Amino acid sequence: MMSFISYFINGLSLGSVYAIIALGYTMVYGIAKMLNFAHGDVIMIGGYVVFTVVSTMGLPPLAAILVAVIVCTVLGITIEKVAYRPLRMASPLAVLITAIGVSYLLQNIALLVFGSNPKSFTSVVSVPALKLAGGKLTISGETIVTIVTCIIIMIGLTTFIKKTKAGQAMLAVSEDKGAAQLMGINVDGTIALTFAIGSALAAIAGALLCSAYPTLTPYTGSMPGIKAFVAAVFGGIGSIPGAFLGGLLLGVIENLSKAYISSQLSDAIVFAVLIVVLLVKPTGILGKKINEKV
Amino acid sequence: MDKSINSKKFHLNKTTRSNLITYGMVIAAYIIVQILVNGGHVTSLMKGLLVPLCIYSIMAVSLNLTVGILGELSLGHAGFMCVGAFSSSLFSLLMLETIPNAGIRFFLAILVGAASAAVAGIIVGIPVLRLRGDYLAIVTLAFGEIIKNVVNVIYLGKDSRGLHISLKNATELNLEEGGQIIINGAMGITGTPKNATFTIGVILILITLFIVLNLINSRSGRAIMSVRDNRIAAESIGINITKYKLMAFAISASLAGVAGVLYSHNLSSLTATQKNFGYNQSIMILVFVVLGGIGNIRGSIISAVILTLLPELLRGFNTYRMLIYAIVLIVMMIFNWAPALIDFRKRHSLKRYFSKNTEEKEAS
Repeated sequence: MMSFISYFINGLSLGSVYAIIALGYTMVYGIAKMLNFAHGDVIMIGGYVVFTVVSTMGLPPLAAILVAVIVCTVLGITIEKVAYRPLRMASPLAVLITAIGVSYLLQNIALLVFGSNPKSFTSVVSVPALKLAGGKLTISGETIVTIVTCIIIMIGLTTFIKKTKAGQAMLAVSEDKGAAQLMGINVDGTIALTFAIGSALAAIAGALLCSAYPTLTPYTGSMPGIKAFVAAVFGGIGSIPGAFLGGLLLGVIENLSKAYISSQLSDAIVFAVLIVVLLVKPTGILGKKINEKV
Repeated sequence: MDKSINSKKFHLNKTTRSNLITYGMVIAAYIIVQILVNGGHVTSLMKGLLVPLCIYSIMAVSLNLTVGILGELSLGHAGFMCVGAFSSSLFSLLMLETIPNAGIRFFLAILVGAASAAVAGIIVGIPVLRLRGDYLAIVTLAFGEIIKNVVNVIYLGKDSRGLHISLKNATELNLEEGGQIIINGAMGITGTPKNATFTIGVILILITLFIVLNLINSRSGRAIMSVRDNRIAAESIGINITKYKLMAFAISASLAGVAGVLYSHNLSSLTATQKNFGYNQSIMILVFVVLGGIGNIRGSIISAVILTLLPELLRGFNTYRMLIYAIVLIVMMIFNWAPALIDFRKRHSLKRYFSKNTEEKEAS
C-alpha cells in the first residue's frame, strides 16, 4: 500500500511537470490555433540556462531560474515574431512545419553550444525530503516543490485570465480574432504575450524536470514535450483546467503502469489511454464541443 | 507554347501528361544514376544513400495520399513503416530455407509487408478516422508510438515445435536446443537477407506512383477528394465517407509498409528506435510532403530526394549541417507560405517578365 502511495505521489509530481508544459501548449493552441512543436525545446534551453548559470556563475538556484525565465521569455517572443507571425494567415500545416524547423534549430544550437554529452544537472531544490508514516513513505523535496509550484502556477494563471484586462484579451482573441481586433484589442501583442507566458512556464518546467531527472541533453525536451502535448489534448486542448487535469492524469498513469505493468510499455499504455479517451470524448475530457456548419 | 502544341497532336489530356512527366522523371533519374555509378563517379557514401532515397520517396508519396488527397494530418506514418519492416523481415527469415530463390522470397516479402501494414492501417483507421483535425493528428502519433513500443517487447523464437512468442524476455520462450530467436525484443531482428537494391527501389517507386496517380484520377479518388474538400456536402450526395477515408488510409499505410520492407531488407539488423520508427521520422516525412507541395505527388518525390541529400551535401560544413538544414527549412516555409511574401512573389515573378501567358503556366 505504501509503495502504491509513493508511486502515486511520484506520478503526481511528474504529472505536475507535464501540466506546466501542457499549459504552454494549450494557451498557444487556444490563441494562435497552432501546435507549437518547438515548445519542448524551449524547456531544454531553460534547463541549459539554469545549468550554466549555476555551474559557471555560482548564482543561487532561484536566481538561475529567474535568468532562465527571462531568457526563455525573450526566446519565445523572438520565435513567435520571426518564424510564426509571418505565417499567421497561412495554412496550419505550414506553421506546423515551421515549428518543427524551429525545434530542429534549437536542438542543433544546443548541440553546438553545449555538445552532445549529457550534463548532470544538480537539483535546484533544497527542500528536505518529507518522511511520513514512521519513515515508510518518503516524499522527496523535488516532488513537493514540483507539485506546489504547479498548483501556484495554475491558480495564478486562472486568476490572471479571469481578473486582468490582458487575460480577458487573451480569451477574446482565442474566441474570435477578427472580432477581438474590432473591439480594439491588440491581437499581435496578445499572441506575443501568450508565447511569453508559455515560454516562461517552459523555463520553470525545464528546471523542475531536470531536477527530477538529472541528465540534460539537447534532446531532453523532446519527449516530455510530446507527452505534455498529449496531456493537453487529453484534457481538451485550449482549456487551462484541462491541461492541468490531463497532465496530472498522464503522469499518474505513466508512473503506475511503469511500476505495475511494464516499464517498456508505459508509453504505449499512456498513448492507448489517450486514444480511448478521445474516442469516447473526441475533444478531450474538458474540451468544448464544436458544432460544424456546412 | 511547345507543350500546348504537343498536347493537341497526341491528344493527351493534362493529367496524363503530368503523370507521364512524373514517371519519366523517375526513370531519367534512375538512368543517370546508373550511368554515374557504372562510370565510378559516385562515392560509396552516396551509393549507400540510393536505397534510402527510394524508401523516403515512397514514404513521401504514401503520406501525401493521406495528407494531400485524403486531407487528414497523420503523424504516425513511421509506425506503418515499422509494421511492414518487421513483418517482412520475419517472413524472409522464416522462409529462408523454404524458398531458396531470393527474388521470389523478396517479392513475397514485399506483399507480406504491404498486407500487414494495410491491416494495421485498417485497425488504426477505424477509430482514428472518426476524429478530426489536430485530434486525429495526435492519435495517429499515439498509434505510431504504440506500434514502436509494442514491437520493442516482442520476443519470437522458432524451434522444432513451431513458433513461440513472449512479451517478457527471451528465456520465456522455452526454446529447445538449437532453437532460434528471431525477434529479440529491443534488439530487434538480425540477419535479414539484404535483398533491397536501387533497381528494385525504383521499380517500387514506379509501382507506388502508378497506384497513387491512378487512384487520384479514378472515381474513388474523386470521392476521396470530395470528402477532403467538403465532408458534409460529400455525404449529402451519397458518398460513403468512412469507406473512402478508410480506403485511402489503408492504401497509404500499405505503401508505407512497402517502404518498410525496403528499409528492413537494406540493413543487416533491424531495431525499432525513436530515430527510425518514432514520431521524429513521421514528422521528417511530413516535412517532405509539405515542402514538396501538399497533394502534389511529383513534388513529394523531388523534395524527399533533395531533403535526404541535403544533409549529406552539407557534410562539408560538418557540425553546422543540421543547423543549416533547420534554417533552410524555416526560411523555405516562410518564403513559400507567408501571405506577404506570396504577394511579393506574384508582383515580382520572373514568369511575368518572360512570358505573356502567365495564366496558363500558373494553372499548371
